Amino acid sequence: MSGQPNGRHRGGERSVVPEVEFESYYGRQILKTPTWQPLDIAGYLFLGGLAGASGVLAEGAAWTGRPGLERVARIAAVGGVGLGTVALVHDLGRPSRFVNMLRVLKPTSPMSVGSFILAPFAGLSTVALASNLTGRLPLLGRASGVGAGVFGPALATYTAALIGDTAVPSWHEGHKEMPFVFAGSASSAAGGLALVVAPRAENGPARRMAVGGAALELASGELMKRRMGLAAEPYRTGGSGRMMKAAEALTAVGALGSLVGRSRPVTVLAGACLVAGSVLTRFGIFKAGVVSAEDPKYTVIPQRERVEAAAAQPAGRL
Amino acid sequence: MGSLFGPLTDVAGDAGHGHDGEHPPRMGFFTDTSVCIGCKACEVACKEWNDVPDDGYLLTGMSYDNTQELGASTWRHVAFVEKPVTTTDLGLPGMGPPGWDGYDSGVPSGDEGADQATASGDGGVRWLMSSDVCKHCTHAACLDVCPTGSLFRTEFGTVVVQPDICNGCGYCVPACPYGVIDIRKEDGRAFKCTLCYDRLKDGETPACAKACPTESIQYGEVSELRQRADRRLAELHEKGVDVARLYGRDPDDGVGGDGAFFLLLDEPEVYGLPPDPVVTTRDLGSMWRNVGAAALALAGLGVASFVGRRS
Repeated sequence: MSGQPNGRHRGGERSVVPEVEFESYYGRQILKTPTWQPLDIAGYLFLGGLAGASGVLAEGAAWTGRPGLERVARIAAVGGVGLGTVALVHDLGRPSRFVNMLRVLKPTSPMSVGSFILAPFAGLSTVALASNLTGRLPLLGRASGVGAGVFGPALATYTAALIGDTAVPSWHEGHKEMPFVFAGSASSAAGGLALVVAPRAENGPARRMAVGGAALELASGELMKRRMGLAAEPYRTGGSGRMMKAAEALTAVGALGSLVGRSRPVTVLAGACLVAGSVLTRFGIFKAGVVSAEDPKYTVIPQRERVEAAAAQPAGRL
Repeated sequence: MGSLFGPLTDVAGDAGHGHDGEHPPRMGFFTDTSVCIGCKACEVACKEWNDVPDDGYLLTGMSYDNTQELGASTWRHVAFVEKPVTTTDLGLPGMGPPGWDGYDSGVPSGDEGADQATASGDGGVRWLMSSDVCKHCTHAACLDVCPTGSLFRTEFGTVVVQPDICNGCGYCVPACPYGVIDIRKEDGRAFKCTLCYDRLKDGETPACAKACPTESIQYGEVSELRQRADRRLAELHEKGVDVARLYGRDPDDGVGGDGAFFLLLDEPEVYGLPPDPVVTTRDLGSMWRNVGAAALALAGLGVASFVGRRS
């Protein structure tokens, strides 16, 4: 029934402010629920990040003569971007038309821009890995590796604009900080994976990248939640809130473990925690957005406040 | 690429259809909900003309609304809002089941309660009906984010999906601030109101407006419809219907004004409409700048990780 506030409490005692009353049409959601499948798209957010940051790690390893680390990172880049592409195509309503993604280049569509980041990164990192594995065409392999290293950071961060450029409150309201959350999460995933599988003698840079990434992810994530108002609620409460808390804990433990421990088992465990933390961050953010789309209060209350604030200012809206 | 935010005088021109005069004027709908009788002829006419498939049969319990919402297979949706009206208990027999002592909703009587929507008497309900449709925004987020170019701006300034290009990526679905466009599951592609693009090209009125028996749905040039809406609003205000307001008419709003706009008798959210929608691409510049900065931060972190200690 319209006029009934959505008065249910989520997540226990955290709410200090009383629930704001608002009107709705039979309590129904205003926005449409994203049709994207969590496994495909949240999975891609993780895999794209892992691949992009691994491309950077691989290039650093190549320049500084760490063949073991380079090999591992190149495999992670190709594996991540390959699986990620499969997930993206699988999520399409008409998978056979996936090439239509390259039909136009539209700066207003992060998905279009992303296609033109994903495609070259996939090609370049594959050539670089093939050359690295076979030892053939070393010059082309090296040039491709540099190219993948350039496209890598873009691949790891454009996905923040992808979800931010929607009407979904808990995605859009974080559009300033989300790119940094994604950059950090991608670095900690790539560094973490290298800590698990790369030779110990060469994994110093992976350790530093993982710890730096974890710090960036946690700090910018906290800033994002503080700035986004009501839309931060799904990041703190309910199932999405629990995923975010678990992600933060795993990331923090992984970063600490990789800093403190130098033994093989501790390093591997810490690396695994960082990868798992990155996965949970992406699934938690995805889920928080869906929650905010499905409850009209996240759409109505901030907009209503905006209308009232504008009405209080006779000079007109901004 | 056209502009992303703010008022726009020539929508089709901004999308590359040439200067004013080289393309038809911007066409749209003005839906005056104060005369809507909830007959749903618009829903039926739309389904018939556009050959939109069946979208299930469900009794919702939401007044007479069993359509529920706009979607891939529902391009017109008549909302029914039943709102209890406060009355003074005179001890007279009223409507409702035995033992029922009437509503007390806190809706003030007096000036605000005197509008035509509350004319149903003692212990009655205020009944609002409104036929919702795609807004054909001046700045359409669905169109902006579509990666294939399937969604496009027509020469009439309307926003249309090309089904032969859509690959069902679903980006338009969460981009729409009104929750209009959706993916048709059994088909895989996105669909929404085309403002009867085929009929417009033949100079015909869209099916819903043609079928509307009360002229609640009015079709015409947007500039002319805006004047008509202003006149209607003034007329209602003069008659004391203070609750009447226009929705989507203002070119200075968050989407640059709607090509399909409304006269409502309550707050937009009561009808399931967002009170102050903003096209998400307004913030696109900031998004890309932050993506750029974050990408540089990642690259910098990568370089820093390899500088210094050898291990």
